[in-house]
Amino acid sequence: MSTEQTYAPGTHPDLPPPSNTIGFVGWVRGNLLNSTTNIVITVLTVYLLYLIIPPLMSWVFLDAVLQADSRDDCRAIAKEAGHPMGACWAFIGKRFELFVYGFYPAAERWRVNIAFFIMLAAFYPVLFDHAPYRKQGLWFALLAPVILVWLLIGGFGLEPVDTDKFGGFLLTLVIGVTGIVVSLPIGIALALGRQSDMPALRIICIGFIEFIRGVPLITLLFVASTMLNYFLPPGTTFDLLLRVLIMVTLFSSAYLAEVVRGGLQAIPKGQTEAADAMGLKYWQSMRLIILPQALKISIPGIVNSFIGLYKDSTLVIIIGLFDPLGMGRASLADTKWQGLSTEIYVFVAIFFFISCFAMARYSLYLEKKLHTGH
Amino acid sequence: MTEQEQVSDEAVAELEAGASKLKVSDELTITIKEMHKWYGSFHVLKNINLDVYRGERIVICGPSGSGKSTLIRCINRLEEHQQGDIIVDNVELTNDLKNIDAVRREVGMVFQHFNLFPHLTVLENCALAPIWVKQTPREEAEEIAMKYLTRVKIPEQALKFPGQLSGGQQQRVAIARSLCMSPRIMLFDEPTSALDPEMIKEVLDVMIELAGEGMTMLCVTHEMGFAKTVANRVIFMDEGEIIEENDPHEFFDNPQHERTQLFLSQILAH
Ligand SMILES: Nc1ncnc2c1ncn2[C@@H]1O[C@H](COP(=O)(O)OP(=O)(O)O)[C@@H](O)[C@H]1O
Ligand SMILES: [Mg+2]
Repeated sequence: MSTEQTYAPGTHPDLPPPSNTIGFVGWVRGNLLNSTTNIVITVLTVYLLYLIIPPLMSWVFLDAVLQADSRDDCRAIAKEAGHPMGACWAFIGKRFELFVYGFYPAAERWRVNIAFFIMLAAFYPVLFDHAPYRKQGLWFALLAPVILVWLLIGGFGLEPVDTDKFGGFLLTLVIGVTGIVVSLPIGIALALGRQSDMPALRIICIGFIEFIRGVPLITLLFVASTMLNYFLPPGTTFDLLLRVLIMVTLFSSAYLAEVVRGGLQAIPKGQTEAADAMGLKYWQSMRLIILPQALKISIPGIVNSFIGLYKDSTLVIIIGLFDPLGMGRASLADTKWQGLSTEIYVFVAIFFFISCFAMARYSLYLEKKLHTGH
Repeated sequence: MTEQEQVSDEAVAELEAGASKLKVSDELTITIKEMHKWYGSFHVLKNINLDVYRGERIVICGPSGSGKSTLIRCINRLEEHQQGDIIVDNVELTNDLKNIDAVRREVGMVFQHFNLFPHLTVLENCALAPIWVKQTPREEAEEIAMKYLTRVKIPEQALKFPGQLSGGQQQRVAIARSLCMSPRIMLFDEPTSALDPEMIKEVLDVMIELAGEGMTMLCVTHEMGFAKTVANRVIFMDEGEIIEENDPHEFFDNPQHERTQLFLSQILAH
């Protein structure tokens, strides 16, 4: 279809694009149905979704049982209602507190709840620069770790709670958040040390990074749970959770160091030179010029490492700590609920997915916000 | 278009009215004595001797790879020399960090590729060094920045990021950024060679104005029009040596050394 309308040179007005290239219809035509291959793929995808989604929906929602006292109870309730037994979420409901708090004493669980909100409040000003009262918020964030440790461990007026009582999501969050928050500065320091002009410092950093990267995390966790005792003076007890935190943090910082190094290398030499020529000192030029840019391009890699760390925290099952997955497996031993592993794993998967997806979205948000070039 | 035409008429008139008659003072500001530099075993600068007096506008030219950038980068210690002396405003450049800082505070530098900080706005680029190096309060530093952005005729771009500006605008920001530290000496390393032809003039105009105000300038450039109107001395380098040094008219009309003649014939050929 061609327009008959002609215009004298220099007088052509801006016209709207043809209607079949814009809007929802335009999008479908342009992206899903724009070639034979694409049409085939689209049709197959729709068919697959048709096969998967309805049964999944019935299992998760329609045929699910929310209230029951055992697996048999679940089955009976489903039968009575006249549908096949879907997910027996009652199991999760009954164990929910265990999943959240682990063996944390029931009377003290309010402390965990408060700690959770303090953590959110501390993260908010750090993660979002439009947060109201951000300056005060950042000071609060600096103070928050002390409050959190006090709340969770107790002492100074609070009932002390042993860290071997930590479990479930509480444990995941403690390991994940500590690992993420502590490993980032260490990782940056290692990356800078690796590029240092001082050979001793450089060799130490390279040695550390390569050693940690060369050993599986599980091995480090075993080392944490057993070997450290040999190195420490006899008689000292060294909290198992603390050892795990140290190992996870070191492990993640070595990976972060490499991610950050990649970012540092991508910054043109001219940036350092311009900073030097202005008279900025090394640390000023790093803090004001180089790191902001290097970290910005490293965001996808950094968040990737964080997500990895967060999920790897499930490995602590192996040394006898009970994260949500460990909790779930332990619950399966209960004869009343035997055979409901799917529910457990789906539930744990959803928990991890939500946390990790949030991190991924935040990373996209940050990348967009920091984008200044054209 | 001849190169001379790239420099605007008003700027030239202004310069010829006053600036070019500026008496170059007797006050020594840079002294380079028997200076050598090596990159590894590669002898890149050989026995450089150069005295620069306050208010001089020196243009340095020479074939690519002859060591021009390296020479001016030695003056603010972006590169270290291995032999001989460099004294800038009575401060000798040694490994002493205090001396290096003192020199860098006096010497501004403009690079071929601008080297603006892309994550900071134009205003932040300019105010950064006054705030962090001179401990100027932020508001005052931003006022200074606006003053120099007005001088280079882009105050309206202050809140944009460098990536949103044209090359010529970016280079003018880079000049303003250096000026914010009130340097007594400005070094330019091919400030116009990364620019599209239509943007060269706007940058040269700013530099001519600066020369008119009596700024001591060392400028690596192949803009011969600029050299003729602004420079009081032209230095020709080849293979790490200063081959010839002369006043611009003598230099262009009557080059002494055959390498200079060859170089001039090559750059004037197109
Ligand atoms: N960092 C460096 N390491 C080794 N050689 C270098 C380095 N920088 C420059 N050179 C060499 O030194 C010579 C002079 O370089 P340069 O001063 O940049 O020349 P010009 O600016 O005159 O084109 C060139 O041969 C270049 O290859
Ligand atoms: Mg050069």
